[in-house]
Amino acid sequence: MEYFLELFFGGLTRGSIYALLALGYTMVYGIIQLINFAHGEIYMIGAFTALIAASALSMLGLDGWSLLAIAGLAAVIYSAAYGFTLEKIAYKPLRKAPRLSPLISAIGMSIFLQNYVLLAQTSDFLSFPALIDEFPFMEDVTIIRSSELVIISVTALSTALLTIFIKFTGIGKAMRAVAQDRIMAMLLGVKVDRVISVTFIIGSALAAVGGVLISSHVGQINFYIGFIAGIKAFTAAVLGGIGSLPGAVLGGLVLGWTESFATGYVSSDYEDVFAFGLLVFILICKPSGILGRSSAEKV
Amino acid sequence: MPIKHENAPSIGKTASCDGYSLPASRRNLRDRLPKTGFNTLKSLGIALWFMFLTFPIMVIKVSPLEKTIEWRWNRLVYVGAGAFSLSMLWRFLIYRREAGTSFRKPLQERLSLFFQRKKSRKATALAAAFIFAALFPFIFSTYQTSIMISALMYVMLGLGLNIVVGLAGLLDLGYVAFYAAGAYCYALLNHHFGVGFWTALPLAGAIAAVMGIFLGFPVLRLRGDYLAIVTLGFGEIIRLVLENWNEFSFGPSGIAGIDRPWDFGLGFTLRGHTIYLFYIVCLLVLLTMVVVSRLRNSRIGRAWIALREDEIACEAMGIDKTRTKLTAFALGATWAGLGGCLLAAKTTFINPASFTFMESAIILSIVVLGGMGSISGVILGAFILILMPEYLRAFSEYRMLAFGAAMVIIMVFRPQGLISAT
Repeated sequence: MEYFLELFFGGLTRGSIYALLALGYTMVYGIIQLINFAHGEIYMIGAFTALIAASALSMLGLDGWSLLAIAGLAAVIYSAAYGFTLEKIAYKPLRKAPRLSPLISAIGMSIFLQNYVLLAQTSDFLSFPALIDEFPFMEDVTIIRSSELVIISVTALSTALLTIFIKFTGIGKAMRAVAQDRIMAMLLGVKVDRVISVTFIIGSALAAVGGVLISSHVGQINFYIGFIAGIKAFTAAVLGGIGSLPGAVLGGLVLGWTESFATGYVSSDYEDVFAFGLLVFILICKPSGILGRSSAEKV
Repeated sequence: MPIKHENAPSIGKTASCDGYSLPASRRNLRDRLPKTGFNTLKSLGIALWFMFLTFPIMVIKVSPLEKTIEWRWNRLVYVGAGAFSLSMLWRFLIYRREAGTSFRKPLQERLSLFFQRKKSRKATALAAAFIFAALFPFIFSTYQTSIMISALMYVMLGLGLNIVVGLAGLLDLGYVAFYAAGAYCYALLNHHFGVGFWTALPLAGAIAAVMGIFLGFPVLRLRGDYLAIVTLGFGEIIRLVLENWNEFSFGPSGIAGIDRPWDFGLGFTLRGHTIYLFYIVCLLVLLTMVVVSRLRNSRIGRAWIALREDEIACEAMGIDKTRTKLTAFALGATWAGLGGCLLAAKTTFINPASFTFMESAIILSIVVLGGMGSISGVILGAFILILMPEYLRAFSEYRMLAFGAAMVIIMVFRPQGLISAT
């Protein structure tokens, strides 16, 4: 039972990170129907910024929670800035282009950003400082680590905040309107460009939160971490039904648990095979994802 | 989407009906450009923004183990200067693209006109291309020939994927699975039974085609991006199985010592083998081009295009959706299988690392960047994407950076691909 719970919380942690990334994918997809392949790179840049900020600040004598807060904030700001710039350069000029063109531009951007970090920093794995201290009251608990607890709660909090933002603010309403019908929203005076920018900023900020938390948990990063995480998170978004926010979270968690249990009970070699196998299975049974609505096609 | 001049912002009373090559429209364009002072200010702002953006990653270098920080302030200056000049150029080019006023007719149009005016010109050009291809391995070194072989292999892969993506409109991100199937088919047959290249080649194609049908069946109901992610998943599953199933595929260490194509007992040197393989690839590419262009104009090809445009209308017209999609998958996969077999014969060594998702992405980029559905576009795309990183080796470490940037830039300025199929 204890082993099961360990795997359960391990999967929940992993799933939370996937969910944070998947939210970015699904929001962007919902609004401009684009698979933002460079999203994983934004997450990686967030992790790198946090590492750099944390190292610089710890030499100034900062430590503990204030260090985590400042490094995390730097990561969020920079990732959001990168997400915003990325959209302006690589996607905005392609709004009216054929559907696959922005996808290729996204793949190009992903290659570019990976190599940018590789050249400006290093190709080696860098050890990431453990920014999350162990809680004193968690000493006796073996099934879940403090950092896992923090990851799960931060994800829950961010998801709740995002939901409130989308449901109750003006710009959130505009985002839903653009997702429903971009041209109609434009006719009604919604500033579509601004809505898209905000979507990218929020998605990137969430990715940065995920990047900082998981890097601190795992303890090392390199320029390539975004790629695998990006593909997995996209899988999670599709699994839950792309375009749906609760779907992204659910998809992330399902994916996290599948991987965790497959690793724990079967074999760690086939972890990804199980993840993708589950995806294929679910999509064959339910072609628009777990929570996705299937829309009737009209001629 | 071809640039239509009707869509350009009103050019004014001096605009002629065709909108090309008028000095007046050139003058007008200059009038409509934002004022230079404003432009400079904006570019300055962009330069500052990029200096801010690249500050942590470009300037600070930390080594967490030794607890040291290195500050590289000089880089900030480079970024600022670079961003300033690039933003000026970028905005001018975007502006020109949106105004739709390139002063001459687009290159593609001029070329096709050039060839239409006299039939003999086309024949001459084709003959020249043939002679060049035939003499290529004798003019250039073995190294150059071997690069050209890779480029031609990618032409084949691109043309194959073009059937699935360009003609049938099914976004396949796991094309590399079939490529791997072909390569492993030859490698394993050769390793265990000593089967030769020429026997394995059709087998590799057939196995890939069967796999295409098997993978195609379950995903028939999926549309658009769901199809994309499922094919991506399939591709990854195949790679992971190859990596982990040691008894079958020898795991990550791969299979070495695969035979080169049989040399008729002539005892070729390495150069001889390369030249021989070059001609094989040339022939296969030629075959692919002929087959694909014939297919496109056939009944099934027109069914693919119709399916891409509208599935429901297609069914109403009596096209068998299942069969049409499956043939697209199978025929597309066949070329990947042949390509894989060639890869195994060329490198004499394969391992799962050659079949990552990035490979699928590159092949897809060849198709989209060259121009979806157009054969000459795919050829051009393959040459650019495969030869560019090779010749950029002079810039060694910067080549992938330039490669990524080039993909973005080409897409932004030619969203319809370099040569659009119309």
